[in-house]
This record gives sequence, structure tokens and C-alpha cells, in this order.
Amino acid sequence: MLAFIVRRLVVSAGVLLAGTFLAYCLVALSGDPLARLRQDNTPGVEDRIAEMTDRLNLDTPVPLRYLQWLGSASKCLVPFAAECDLGQSVRGQDVTFLLGNAVSSTLQLITVATFTAMIVGVIVGIVTALRQYSRLDYATTLASFFFVSLPLFWFAVLLKQYVAIDLNDWLADPTVSLPAAAIVGVISGLIWASAIGGDRRRVWISFGIAFAATAGALLILSASGWFASPGLGPVVVTVVGGAAALGLTALLAGFRYRHVLYAALATAAVGAILNLALDQVLSDPSYLTLIGLLLLAVAIAGGVGYALGGLQRKQAIQTSIGVAVIMSVTIFIDRMLSAWGNYFDAVDGRVVATFGSRTPNYDGGTWGNLLDTATHLLLPTIALILVSVATYSRYTRASMLEVMNQDYVRTARSKGLTERTVIVRHAFRNGLIPITTLMAFDVAGLMGGAVITETVFAWQGMGFMFVTALRDVDPNPAMAFFLVTGLAAVVFNMLADIAYAYLDPRIRLS
Amino acid sequence: MITPGDPAAPAADAQGMTVVARTQAQLVRRRFFRHRAAMISLVVFALLLILSFSATGIGPIPGWWKHDYTTVGSVVEGGSPTLSVVPTFLGGDGMHLGDHPFGQDNKGIDYFALTMRGTQVSIMIAFIVGALGTLLGVLIGAAAGFFRGWTETILMRFTDIIIVMPLLAIVSVLANRVGNAGPFWLAVVIALFTWTGLARIVRGEFLSLREKEFIEAARAVGTPAWRIIRKHILPNTIGVIVVSATLSIAGAVLLETALSFLGFGVKPPDTSLGRLISDYQSAFASRPWLFFWPGLFIVLIALTVNFIGDGLRDAFDPRQNKVRS
Repeated sequence: MLAFIVRRLVVSAGVLLAGTFLAYCLVALSGDPLARLRQDNTPGVEDRIAEMTDRLNLDTPVPLRYLQWLGSASKCLVPFAAECDLGQSVRGQDVTFLLGNAVSSTLQLITVATFTAMIVGVIVGIVTALRQYSRLDYATTLASFFFVSLPLFWFAVLLKQYVAIDLNDWLADPTVSLPAAAIVGVISGLIWASAIGGDRRRVWISFGIAFAATAGALLILSASGWFASPGLGPVVVTVVGGAAALGLTALLAGFRYRHVLYAALATAAVGAILNLALDQVLSDPSYLTLIGLLLLAVAIAGGVGYALGGLQRKQAIQTSIGVAVIMSVTIFIDRMLSAWGNYFDAVDGRVVATFGSRTPNYDGGTWGNLLDTATHLLLPTIALILVSVATYSRYTRASMLEVMNQDYVRTARSKGLTERTVIVRHAFRNGLIPITTLMAFDVAGLMGGAVITETVFAWQGMGFMFVTALRDVDPNPAMAFFLVTGLAAVVFNMLADIAYAYLDPRIRLS
Repeated sequence: MITPGDPAAPAADAQGMTVVARTQAQLVRRRFFRHRAAMISLVVFALLLILSFSATGIGPIPGWWKHDYTTVGSVVEGGSPTLSVVPTFLGGDGMHLGDHPFGQDNKGIDYFALTMRGTQVSIMIAFIVGALGTLLGVLIGAAAGFFRGWTETILMRFTDIIIVMPLLAIVSVLANRVGNAGPFWLAVVIALFTWTGLARIVRGEFLSLREKEFIEAARAVGTPAWRIIRKHILPNTIGVIVVSATLSIAGAVLLETALSFLGFGVKPPDTSLGRLISDYQSAFASRPWLFFWPGLFIVLIALTVNFIGDGLRDAFDPRQNKVRS
């Protein structure tokens, strides 16, 4: 295994070096940064040309310039070194400074997008694989074809023009009409009925329940003015915790042995109590406190699972931690929505933002700022995840179908395991192995692939920086983009290879 | 297997058990023609092709549409579309094209002519990218898979280097420079970076095929390498290649329109679907049709080509059949 990793490391480093060299040459050849100055006839332009030539090192031949660039760029590898130098832009800014801001913006955007896409895509893929040839399956396949064929820039502009404006107009007077509630209810009913499946009676029952629940919830929320001042409150947090405990237990362990259920429910109860007890801390915490609280929640859940798990200790710990994470996210959303009224006034009711990554000059405390980020993230994330969700769901479906036909799944069934155990423990885990590669590619791809989304939504990330640099014929920022995306691609591919070799020993041996 | 004409055939036929012998190509064709989505897409795509190429004409040959995509005219009724598809008995204006079915842009250029020209350019670029990218991918993949050793190491490392760089970004760097030279060179530049996936797939196929007995037999009788590749191995990988070529056309349409949207692709005076969207983005609020038509055509092209590719995949590789047979 160690030899495998070392070999991969050496090859990756070589590929990265060659890749950056190629990119450097192409960027250098793509245009002359001095072209604009050369056409300038104002006095003193020679000095400016000479100054820029000197600053961008334009007198040196390209291969030599690459070596010098590489020499100063390699200092960035030394941790906490102040000498990190990626050159300067045509306007004289330090590229390291530009890059730092850009990378953090892009990371913000793609972290949310990646996690959402992964979770939604894998769930959709599994459900469609289990309900192969159902209407849901056909509809999802059709939808994923459509999303893959959709030009991202066109869709992003549509989102900006329609969703943002219409949603904001609706939020000014948020009521759900009866027909609208009915239509959403029918859609929800169709999805649930198709996903749950079974005989005709069961299909109609699930359709009816889903329809009534969705339409009813919408109407009640609308009548009580919830959309005008949304929030969850401790009751909803508790209910979500209980539901998560039941649902995760059903999914991961089943109700046959009670210890797991007790552990999960206990975790939910502790979470609900802590939510009330920590009210003071949660009213305006720092980001560090939030991370600390999440870790604390996970630790408590692990402890509860360990203590109450009995013979199913491992499953109990997993389930409890799952419950704790779900509850933490719910409490997070609850607190974030508490800043809604304040934020609504601050942005004059135009809540869904289409430009940049934050409202200028707005400071609403931790929760207000987080809400501000969330509203800015909404549309770019939707634009980014559509294609990813389509790819994930298709791959997961194909991989699950393949695994479900394997002999070991038949063996698992024939020795009398429940369908839940067969799917969750035998099929799902093996079906996910090929997806790890896809995930690695996707993360690396999103790093560079957010170019269009960032341009449309004026998100000041790396893609935005790259496009601006290319338009201004500005070699150093463009090169910094290639360096970071190349590094990300190499690192994530390597991680995928190592993970693959770890998960599937056959790869290692061959 | 019983073929018609065998003495046993009539008896079997009477029992409805005749098995008709079919060649591999016939089987593939049959499966493809039975793929409903692919067939519909094929028809739609063919219509789209005929429409766009006949409307504005190709090169010196004039098209049947009365307006030109460069002629500036007077703006009629704010340039709104005159196309109507609702018949009169349903309360519409009747089915007619009108003078400007897709409307006019702010300079009074007929938008139908512009969209057709854009479609034409985008499709042309996509086909060149598909053909050239496939050629490069097959050549490099075949050489790497067949010769192994140093050839393979160098070619595959080269592939890795290209893959490491984000496709859209590296193509924009070159296309920005080349875009002025016309759509053909833009297509060549795109193709230079899109062959990598196919090269890896073809290499994989070659690696497994070259160990097969029939290749060993061919080698034993002294067949030269290029003939083994051409006559024995390539025909066995044709399915993968055809499918990948088709899907790469759909990818190329999206890539080219994205490039043109960012301003690094097709440059004026020529136009493409992506260019149209980026040009008229600001006119969206007042004249949304300037934005919808090109987008609709991009979706149509990409969707139909994707479905055709999917049908071909099912036809060549019935193991992963998605349609219940």
C-alpha cells in the first residue's frame, strides 16, 4: 500500500509540473499584456511599458520565465511562509492576495453545492434503482437527460430573471392559493407514491397521505403567516429529532433490537434539552463556537450510543451521531431564520440575491450574516448542482443495479436477511465504491467548472478571477487559477485512487 | 440456429419458432431502431439540421428564407415575434409564420435568420469537434493500448496532463486567440482538448483485446501491426467509439456555446447560439424572445444528440439495457 501511494505521489507531481508548464506557455501565448499600452500615445507611456515589462518579467523567454515563476511559487508549499509569491497582476496587485479571497469564495460555493449534490444524487439514484422501470425511474432518467443537456449559462440567467424576481415578489405578500397548494400536493403525491411502490391500494394510500400532508401543510403555513416570518421553534426541532431517530433506526438497524432505538431517542432528547439550555450561547455565537458545538453534539451522541448500545453498540453509535448531526442542522436553520425579520428589512424585501456573495455594508450578527450568505448561495448552488445531481443519480443507479445482480446479494437474501440489511449493508456499500471516483472528479471539476456560474452571478471566486484575467490579458492571475485547479485535480484523483485501492483490494493486487 | 431455406424451417415456422439469422450489424441496427426516444430524437435532429442549413443557405448557396442574418431593417412592432401556432378555431391568430417569426433584434435584424445561422455554426463546430476529437482519441488510445511500453507511458501521461487542466478554462485561453480566425479553427482548438476521455476508453479496450487468441493467431502468421489494429481490433471497439463520438458532439455544443457566451468563442461578424445569448442578455427584460430562441435550440440539439447516443449505447451493448425488452 505504501509503495502504491508513493508511486502515485511521484507521478502526480510530475503530471502537475508538466500541466502547469503547458498552461504557462499557452497563457503566455494567448495575448500581449502590453498591447493596450502600445496603442497609447500619451506622454510617459514608454516608462509605463518599461515598468510593466519589468514587473511581469516580459523580457525573459517563456520557458525561463516559467522556471522563475515556479521557483517563487514553490515557496508557497512551505507552511506559514511569508514569501509565497505568484507574481503580480497587470494592475500591480499581489496575485497571492487575489487568490486567497477567490479561493475562499469558491470553496464556500462548491462545498455547499458538492454536499447537496452528493446527498440528493445518491438518494435519487438508489430509489430509482430499487424501483427500476417504474414511472419515477423513467421520469428521473428523462429529467437527468434534460439537465445534462441544459446550457448552464442559459439556465443561470433564467434563474436570475425569473426565480429571483418572482420569489422576491411573492415574499412581499406570501400566501399560497388553494390551486397552487393542490398542484404542489399532487406532485408530491406522485413522487411519494412512485417511490414507495407496492400494490395499487398502497400506491393510492401513499398518494393520498402525501397529497393531504403537503397541501395541508402549505395552506396552514400560509394561513398562519409562516412564510412572512419563517422559523422552526423548539417544538419543530424536537419533532425533527424524534423523526430522525425513528427514521435512521429503521434505515440503519431496524426495530428488532431495541437498544439502537433507545440510544437514538435519548440522543434526540438530549439535543432538544440542549437546544433550550444553550439558548444564551446560541443567540450570537462566534463561528468557532458553532464548530465546537457541532463537535460536542457528535461526541455526546457517540457517548450515548456507546452507553446504551448494548450488543448493537456500533450501529447505536452510528445512528446516534446521525441523529445529532440532523438535529444540529435543524437548530442551525432555526437560528438562522430567527434573523429573518431583521434581514428582510435590511434588504428592502429583496431577499433572494443575484449578485455577489454578500450584501455590502450589512452586519446582522452571526446569524444575520449566515442568512445573508445563504440567500446569496441559493441560486448559484441550484445552478451548480443540477448537472451534478443528474450525474450522481445516474451513476449510483447503474452501480446499484449492477451490485444488486451480484451473487453475494443473492446469498445474503437466501440466508434470510431482511431486505433492509441486504440493501443497506451489502448492496449500498459496494455500490458506493465506484462513486468515490466520481466524487473526486466532481470536486476537482467544480473547482474549475464554476467559471460560468461565478460569471453570471458575479461571485468573486476563482472562475470570476480567471475570466477577468483572460479578458484583461493578465497572465499571472490566470496562471494562479490553473495552479490551484490543477493541484485540486491531482490531489483529488490521487485520493480517489487511494480510496479505491483501500475499498476494493482487487485493485491493489493487480 | 435455423435459417429460412433450411428443410426444417417450414415446420418450425408453423409453430412460430423461426429464428432468423442476423449479422452483428443487423442486430445493432434493429435494437437502435426499436429505441423509441432515440428514433424520435433522430427525426427531430434531422429536421433541425435541414431547417437550419436550408433557411440561411451554406456558403455561396442562398437559403429559402427571405431575410438575411446581417441585413439591418426597420423594427416592426417593437420586434416582437410574429409566429403563431394557435389555430383560429381555438381562439388564436391562426397558424402562420408572419414576417419575422422569431422577432427582430434592436437593430431590426430578422431573428429567425440569426438563430438559424447560429444553429448552423454551432452544429458545424460540434461535428468537427466530434470527428477530430474522436480521430485523435482513437489514434492515441490505440497506439497506447497496442504497443504498450514507453509509447503507452508517454501517451497516457500526456493524457493525464491534459485532463488535469479544467477543460473550459484551457480551451478559452487558446480560443480567445484563435476565435478571430473563424469557427473552423475554434473547432480544431476545442478538439485538441476533448479527445482524452475516448483515448482512455480505447486504450482499455485495446489492452483487453490484444491478449485474445485471435490476435495472437494473426500475429503468429506475421500480420503487420497496423493491419491487426485496423482489421482485427478496431472493428471490435466500434461500438464504444461510435457512442463516445455521438456524446462528444452533444458535449461540444454545450462547450462551444459556453465559450461564446463568455466571449472567448465565435467572434463577430459570425454568430453562434452562445454568442446570441450573451449579446442579448441585457435585452432580457424588454425582449425575452431574443433570449429564449437560441437557448431552446441549444437544448434541442444537446438533448436529441444525447438521446441518440443513449440509443446507440443500448444497441451496441444490450447488457446495460435500460428499456425493458
